[in-house]
Amino acid sequence: MANPEVSAFVILFAAIFTSNILLVNFLGMCSFLAVSRNVRSSLGLGFAVIFVMTCTSGLNYLVYQHILVPYNLVHFRFIVFIIVIAAFVQLVEMVIERYSPFLYTVLGVFLPLITVNCAILGVSLFLIIRNYSFVQSVAYGFGGGVGWMLAIVAMGGIREKLKNSPVPKGLEGPGITLITAGLMALSFMAFSGMIPMQ
Amino acid sequence: MMRESSATILSKGLWSDNPVFRQILGICSALAVTNLLINTSIMGVALIFVTAFSSLTVSALRNITPLRIRMMVQVLIIASYVIVVDMALKAYLPDISRALGPYVGLIITNCIIMGRCEGYARNNPPWPAFVDGLANGLGYAFVLLAVAFVRELLGFGSLFGVTVLPESFTRWTIMVMAPAAFFVLGTFIWIANTYWPKKEK
Repeated sequence: MANPEVSAFVILFAAIFTSNILLVNFLGMCSFLAVSRNVRSSLGLGFAVIFVMTCTSGLNYLVYQHILVPYNLVHFRFIVFIIVIAAFVQLVEMVIERYSPFLYTVLGVFLPLITVNCAILGVSLFLIIRNYSFVQSVAYGFGGGVGWMLAIVAMGGIREKLKNSPVPKGLEGPGITLITAGLMALSFMAFSGMIPMQ
Repeated sequence: MMRESSATILSKGLWSDNPVFRQILGICSALAVTNLLINTSIMGVALIFVTAFSSLTVSALRNITPLRIRMMVQVLIIASYVIVVDMALKAYLPDISRALGPYVGLIITNCIIMGRCEGYARNNPPWPAFVDGLANGLGYAFVLLAVAFVRELLGFGSLFGVTVLPESFTRWTIMVMAPAAFFVLGTFIWIANTYWPKKEK
């Protein structure tokens, strides 16, 4: 499937625009719907996701190629990945709490949410399926995070405006958010001709 | 707490507290796998299996699980069942396993399962917990099949891979692609909230 010659830059760009992890692969919808009420919290969660996604995709790649494959344990990848992600998030939380109170106030509340964000696990699973190399994996993780943040911040902005709009009663809340996300996905499809890969 | 009968639990999971419509949980896979009915039904069965049995296990172990690490224990239980499902799919239905791709693994982070373990199985005996898991899985599968029905019918003109609409019917290509998943599910939620509004607690 994946072509090992594809440069990391192309993968990065593709992950942000043409195959946006949220709007095309539908990953991380739960926190997307729950947190996108305004731009401020969307930004906070977005940055936390970029950071965790970049690091865990690199980590999980190394764990998979150097521990799971040699010992023939690939079937346990789900358990191992989720443990790596949970442990990493916990570690980051402790480190920034100790050394950077500022960052902690910005990102702290969002970190626990990230463990159960399916986008993080999804990215790790995708990079295994697509046979990415280490550099490609990190690029994919970073691009996926940036794309996710782009989508959630845009949605935060739209929802701030929506609060003052006359939305039909039954459509309020999740309904209108999903339909707005559909319109966003439509507009992101405009990018799809730019890179001839998924 | 009052014990509810199995029938009440079932009807709550299927309709009045449906995880997708009412609680907006498990949306990721609800959107991603609903372009073909076949894939959707397999995904539904997989999810029903995992929810029912992980609720059962969490509930059976509820008295010996330390409170502080219960999330980790729940995740491990769920992940074990997902591995079983993944291996079974790879062995018996390799094509569908490939089509579903990472979304089988993503059952682990499906909020429905975690939500039921945390919200119900943790405080209830195994049998009601099992029924509750089953009911929520069924509720999820039911919504997914409804979405997939619309998308496959309009997008490919077929149901379960069998062409039902005449060739003269123009296929709605958009239905197969990502945005339509949002539109169809959004519209379903709209209809459900308009005609069967949530009872205020």
